[in-house]
Amino acid sequence: MRLYAIIVYLFLYIPIGIIALFSFNAGRHASELQGFSIKWYGKALSNPFVMDALETSLIVAFTSALCATVFGTMAAIALQGIKGPLRTIFDMMIYIAVMIPGIVIGIATLIGLVTVFDQLNPLIASIWPNGFEPPKFRMGIGSLIAAHTMFLMALVVIIIRARLAGMDRALTEASSDLYASPMGTFIQVTLPMIFPAILAGFLLSFTFSFDDFIIAFFVAGSETTLPIYVFSSIRRGVTPEINAIGTMVLVISLLMLITAQLLLQRGGKKNK
Amino acid sequence: MTQKTRNWLLLAPAGAWFLVMLVIPLSVVFIFSFGERAPSGGVVPAFTFEQYANLPARWAAFKNTMTLAPIGTFSALLIAYPLAYFLAVKVKPKWKTILLVLVIVPFWTSILIRSYAWIFLLGGRGIPTLLEWVGIEGVRLINTPFAVLVGIIYGYLPLMVFPIYVSLDKLDKRLLEASSDLGAKPWKTFLQITLPLSIPGIATGCMLVFILLMGEYLIPALLGGGKVFFVGNALVDLFLQSRNWAYGSALAMTLVVVMLIIVTIYMRIISRLGAGREDVSIM
Repeated sequence: MRLYAIIVYLFLYIPIGIIALFSFNAGRHASELQGFSIKWYGKALSNPFVMDALETSLIVAFTSALCATVFGTMAAIALQGIKGPLRTIFDMMIYIAVMIPGIVIGIATLIGLVTVFDQLNPLIASIWPNGFEPPKFRMGIGSLIAAHTMFLMALVVIIIRARLAGMDRALTEASSDLYASPMGTFIQVTLPMIFPAILAGFLLSFTFSFDDFIIAFFVAGSETTLPIYVFSSIRRGVTPEINAIGTMVLVISLLMLITAQLLLQRGGKKNK
Repeated sequence: MTQKTRNWLLLAPAGAWFLVMLVIPLSVVFIFSFGERAPSGGVVPAFTFEQYANLPARWAAFKNTMTLAPIGTFSALLIAYPLAYFLAVKVKPKWKTILLVLVIVPFWTSILIRSYAWIFLLGGRGIPTLLEWVGIEGVRLINTPFAVLVGIIYGYLPLMVFPIYVSLDKLDKRLLEASSDLGAKPWKTFLQITLPLSIPGIATGCMLVFILLMGEYLIPALLGGGKVFFVGNALVDLFLQSRNWAYGSALAMTLVVVMLIIVTIYMRIISRLGAGREDVSIM
């Protein structure tokens, strides 16, 4: 039984490990180890295409995780005290956002936004004062952030709700019995208790957005995110440079995940 | 400010965002699926079932998805169950969390990079070279259904382990002791107690994996080399290469509807099982 578990863990981690190992390979060939070197990291980090893609990915991940965390937390708190049709509608939208495959979200966002923009752009151009260049909506970093935020908001609501549900109701009741205002109760009781979950939600959202390929593939327009760059280079062949980029991507998400996990656990213990 | 106004204000941004980025886009897909293809690549508004009638043209993609997704789900289940059982029943409590986290962490890292790792391993200079050393030559692994299957299992195993672990962990260990005290053989205890009580976990794991597999694009694209393609690959082709939005919308709608049907059936089964489980606890 224990041997079986070890084999499964090896199965899970050896492929990742091999990528990391070969990223330090000195040789040009992707599959023969020829000594230790970090030159592929240097090469990847001095490649302007990689750096551009990395920058785009970081901007998108940070902005969409931030928007999703703020709006998602607000919605989760409001949904606590709501029943009836509004609650049902929100539950349904969250359920749909999480259940629908990423590829369908990507497609829907692409054709939905392109259709809306096609209507909107001539309209804006017609009311814009002559002699000025009218603004033009198109697919790009903005549409990507909007699409990621939508999906991640649903994720954040689910995470925060789980924490709110596990919270001791008596604490907020005690606070209002002791004449704290609703705002005071929120800042002094609720917020400190759900804060680890909020932070964990942000980190998970960041990781998801940073790693997402399929939604970005449809929605990013002419922008290139790091996963899109990696995908198109893989199609051209396996290179040690991709190993180095892949290892960096894995390390970034691992750091985020471990932090999120620690936060969720510590928060969980405090509440018990 | 009343409580009600406050709640409305708190919900407004999320609600608006869902409306603009989820409800409207999905409605556009729904409407377009009844439209006709425009010569320029867009959609001419119409009300025709032509696109749906043409769906059999992409039958191969549906067939591949509907063969490899169940096989992949079942293989992942077979591999995940013993591990989940080990983690829930055999491992000491202080090791449980860390071992569980080690299973889940890969799922949250880039599926792109993890699938890429298998291009590396299954490709010409990976496992086939190792096999040549032991005398087995001419094995081709990459760009086969097998490669896609390995990618699927590797990608989704963590998602299968977790729910099964949860259901086994909740299982009252005294039931197992009682069973063996009453003289049942270990395998009989497993078949009559452990397995039936873990069915909710099995069902959840299978459904999660199956649903994600139905929309899968990356794994077949990277490891199937264009020969093994899923509905997801057909969708990418229709929207990004041949730009047939009306037909693509019909395909996407069909995918979503098939998925919803499966989820609904699953929910029914689970609620019935839930009822059955209460009988057990009453006994």
